[in-house]
Amino acid sequence: MDEFGIGAPLPRLEDVRFITGRGRYTDDIPMSGLAFMEVVRSPYASARIKGFDISAAQAAPGVLLVLTGEDARAEGFGGYTSKMRKTNRQGEPNFEPPFRILEAERVRFVGDPVAIVVATSAEAARDGADLVLVDYEELPAISDIKAALAKGAPLVWDEVPNNECVFVELGDRKATAAAFAQAAHVAKGEFAISRVAHASIEPRVGIGLYDPVEDRYTLHAAVQAPHTTRNEIATRIFRIPENKLRVISPDVGGAFGGKGYSHPELALVLWAARKCDRPVKWVCTRSEAFLADFQARDNLAQVELALDANGKFLGVKVKNVLNLGAYLTNAGLQCGFHHVGSICGVYTNRNVDWEVSAVFTNTTPIIAMRGAGRPETTFMIERIIDIAAAEMSIDPAELRRRNLIPTAAIPYDTGFVHTYDSGDFEKGFDTAMRMADWAGFPERRARSQARGKLRGIGMAYAIESAAGVRDETAEIRFDTSGAVTIVVGTHSHGQSHETTFRQVVASMLGIAPKDMRMIYGDTDLTPFGRGTGASRSMTVAGSALVCAAERIIARGKQIAAHMLEVEESDIAFDAGVFTTRATNRSVDLAGIARFAHDFRQMPAHLGVGFAERVAFVSDGINFPNGCHVCEVEIDPATGETSIVGYWLSEDVGVVINPLVVKGQAVGGIAQGIGQALCEKIVFDGESAQLLTGSFMDYCMPRAKDLPAIEIKSQEVPAPNNPLGVKGAGESALVGALPAVINAICDALRPLGVKHIEMPATPARIWEAIEQARRAKAA
Amino acid sequence: MYPASFTYVRPADLAAAEAAFREADDPRYLAGGMTLIPTMKQRLAAPSTLIDIARVPGLSFIRREKDTLVIGACTRHATVAAAPEVRAAIPALAALAGGIGDPAVRNRGTIGGSLANNDPAADYPSAVLGLGAVIRTTRRTIAADAFFTGMFSTALEPGEIITEVAFPGPRRAGYAKVRNPASGYAMAGVFVAETGKDVRVAVTGAGACVFRAAEMEQALARSFTPDALADVRVAAADLNADIHGSAAYRAQLVRVMAARAAAAALSGA
Ligand SMILES: Cc1cc2nc3c(=O)[nH]c(=O)nc-3n(C[C@H](O)[C@H](O)[C@H](O)COP(=O)(O)OP(=O)(O)OC[C@H]3O[C@@H](n4cnc5c(N)ncnc54)[C@H](O)[C@@H]3O)c2cc1C
Repeated sequence: MDEFGIGAPLPRLEDVRFITGRGRYTDDIPMSGLAFMEVVRSPYASARIKGFDISAAQAAPGVLLVLTGEDARAEGFGGYTSKMRKTNRQGEPNFEPPFRILEAERVRFVGDPVAIVVATSAEAARDGADLVLVDYEELPAISDIKAALAKGAPLVWDEVPNNECVFVELGDRKATAAAFAQAAHVAKGEFAISRVAHASIEPRVGIGLYDPVEDRYTLHAAVQAPHTTRNEIATRIFRIPENKLRVISPDVGGAFGGKGYSHPELALVLWAARKCDRPVKWVCTRSEAFLADFQARDNLAQVELALDANGKFLGVKVKNVLNLGAYLTNAGLQCGFHHVGSICGVYTNRNVDWEVSAVFTNTTPIIAMRGAGRPETTFMIERIIDIAAAEMSIDPAELRRRNLIPTAAIPYDTGFVHTYDSGDFEKGFDTAMRMADWAGFPERRARSQARGKLRGIGMAYAIESAAGVRDETAEIRFDTSGAVTIVVGTHSHGQSHETTFRQVVASMLGIAPKDMRMIYGDTDLTPFGRGTGASRSMTVAGSALVCAAERIIARGKQIAAHMLEVEESDIAFDAGVFTTRATNRSVDLAGIARFAHDFRQMPAHLGVGFAERVAFVSDGINFPNGCHVCEVEIDPATGETSIVGYWLSEDVGVVINPLVVKGQAVGGIAQGIGQALCEKIVFDGESAQLLTGSFMDYCMPRAKDLPAIEIKSQEVPAPNNPLGVKGAGESALVGALPAVINAICDALRPLGVKHIEMPATPARIWEAIEQARRAKAA
Repeated sequence: MYPASFTYVRPADLAAAEAAFREADDPRYLAGGMTLIPTMKQRLAAPSTLIDIARVPGLSFIRREKDTLVIGACTRHATVAAAPEVRAAIPALAALAGGIGDPAVRNRGTIGGSLANNDPAADYPSAVLGLGAVIRTTRRTIAADAFFTGMFSTALEPGEIITEVAFPGPRRAGYAKVRNPASGYAMAGVFVAETGKDVRVAVTGAGACVFRAAEMEQALARSFTPDALADVRVAAADLNADIHGSAAYRAQLVRVMAARAAAAALSGA
């Protein structure tokens, strides 16, 4: 089964469907009697609602229904809540804002939903929405962290003085202070991690249905975790039992965390469907997505690294302030806490003093995005290392080498949050150095210089923690014809599960991937599952499939023994066939399945049927890691950067499919390059209006901006799951941000530039060069 | 993204188009639709009537009139970019057209639409001004120097239709731009031309409207080399500043692009 088992470079089975236009996305689902919803949103970042006048909208042609925040209040709906609770500066539980699906009294960001219009066509709904009159009293607003914390700043929530929702100290302040006291050098940096949009190619979308006979809702929507969405909408918003709601998520065109948790619109289409007795569809436009899709990252970090005279790391201090936006989403706070452990990197430093505070602003709320805190933390440590290296005149790769956790020291307790259970950082480092020909860089730099260009090289050794949500359910079932169906609670929206999960089962059971059917993404058809996010799916759902396959084999042996009339211990299983050593007779899985469904033949103690469902819980998280090297060339006249080389030596544990792992890495690096070079959500400082409301102003990286990316996998198996896999979905992005910025700063250092904030746009690079030039002249 | 409803008219000729314009409430001509349709979808514009001139016969052509190259108003950017007549007579113009937007935009957008729209960051206005072209309309001819009157505004009167643009062939010309990383429009684009009589330098993207850079013209007239521009300072005072770049950055780009455009002109590219 080598050609399609674990490790085989099997081309993706889903590709044919997608590249021939046969993918089926929510918007493609035909539905008779469909009505269309348009959301009326606040044009102000902060305002009091004095009243609604919906009479003109109600009278508009085609309009079926107009509902406002007042109607939502009358229904007694609940609101979304944060999964995480922390404390404020006084040590009290943090304030949890009411996060309703429509606002009736106050709006707190541009795009805050206040009403919906449902009509017989999308155009009529749009026209109707223009006729909803909302009487606002505009209030002063704030959009960035510094303004939020300024004395006398306008309050986003009256309940939260200073706008500070959370303040927490982590690590060991005393030990770290003592380490700093010993330091020969302390490097300091202040980094602004920009706010970005998930910008999935398929916008958010939902179709709501309501069946009055069963008193039951169905939601078709692009979501990453159907059961989580069901739970949030049923229990939090509608306060109904979960069996009154079915969530179906078909093909999804990218999510990156942005479709992991419920936005108000998904509950709104369901409510609207009940109110107007029709299926109701909402499709987000791109302009609307920039306003109303929850956004990501956006924090400030003050970082200090203490080193001894030889460059050994002694301790790290971090002060991190997160911009939460106007509300607490399900996962907004997590981005500031879950991944602080990454600050230790792959290094032997043991002293960490970490302070985190989270503030409200009048901006779109923040949620997790690919990496969710890990890119930020990795940026802090990997960037401050380069700053220290420059200040101490040590080659930045050499400085890392001096501090690497030795392979022999694994498992390694970092002293702060994590114990790394596997990894070979020395090998990863050496491989990256060779791949990138680090030693040959000075010559390449000289050649660029001769052409009037600046060249820089940057390294980042990222380590992250994956698969933190450790339980998942999977089922393998055979039908009476002997064919197999696999069912999982995760969701595939770019992760290639339809290929890789089949490969896992193929390796175990010897069945060709194309002969398996796979089901996911429907709460009525799949066992409870936690969906896809945090690089968890192969670790937990893949392992659940392994366990289910083991049980299939065990049950198959029992049935085969009965069929072949031998002892169970005489049965051997290989490549899908059960054989007796004694008589040399055999039966394959399909034969077992056919037999197992015939109650007249099956012995009573074995029962009938041939299916196994397993709820797997892993022993712990895993630690994918990778050494990134990026090389850039900059035109000093225009500030334009081209990435001329990118190398990644990574360890995501056992590789199930090298094509898929490479695809995930390339996609992650592209997204990291996007944030490092060009993407940024910008709000006006005065009005908190969004300034980057379309791709004309929000800059996505293009194919031409990306170099050929070279990737090698180390495959150090994770010890705590049966597959030995580590998360492969996010780890490449995590390292890309600092690798790119380090390379740019390396190119600019000879001119006297010390640091550059992301995104390092041509304009920003040129300004930095100019500033350094002026400083030198002065 | 749905525009407000409107009436669509497809006139048989220019006279019918102008008549339709006079009769409608709030009409707009539609050419390639690459600017107008997106603004309508965003509901920044909501005309009552669209008069489609892209299909009016005789507006899409490229022809030589002695030393002058004449391009019909509804000629697509892709057509201009690929046309042997343009590549032979004014290669810089073909290159400029081939660098507008992306293939989809070039296959729809028209030269007349681009000029009538006069986006401060559009490419064509710099070629028209830089080459000292003449814009012919249903009512008159307008010299380039009098045509571009300000941000998104031109000398066109209500209902007046651009029919063609006549470019006198230069001795040499070059165009260079830096694209806005997000939109792809010019952050700064400079068209440099040595005509029979003088040197013209037209700058787009950097200001509120395409403009001529007199000091650069004088410097290049003295010596048509990139180095001649080395000491010319570009004043940042009137240039654009936004989230994509400061006025000082744009001034720098104008200087660098002018030198690169001059180099391109000399190399004949
Ligand atoms: C994604 C994208 C990227 C782009 N990038 C660039 C770029 O890099 N550089 C660049 O220069 N442009 C760019 N454009 C604009 C493009 O070049 C358009 O073609 C141009 O702006 C308008 O031409 P059109 O034929 O599409 O005009 P339309 O959109 O049809 O019309 C534009 C305006 O001109 C009027 N009009 C049209 N034709 C005439 C006429 N003959 N007489 C009088 N009035 C007329 C219309 O009434 C309307 O007001 C881009 C556009 C898009 C959508």
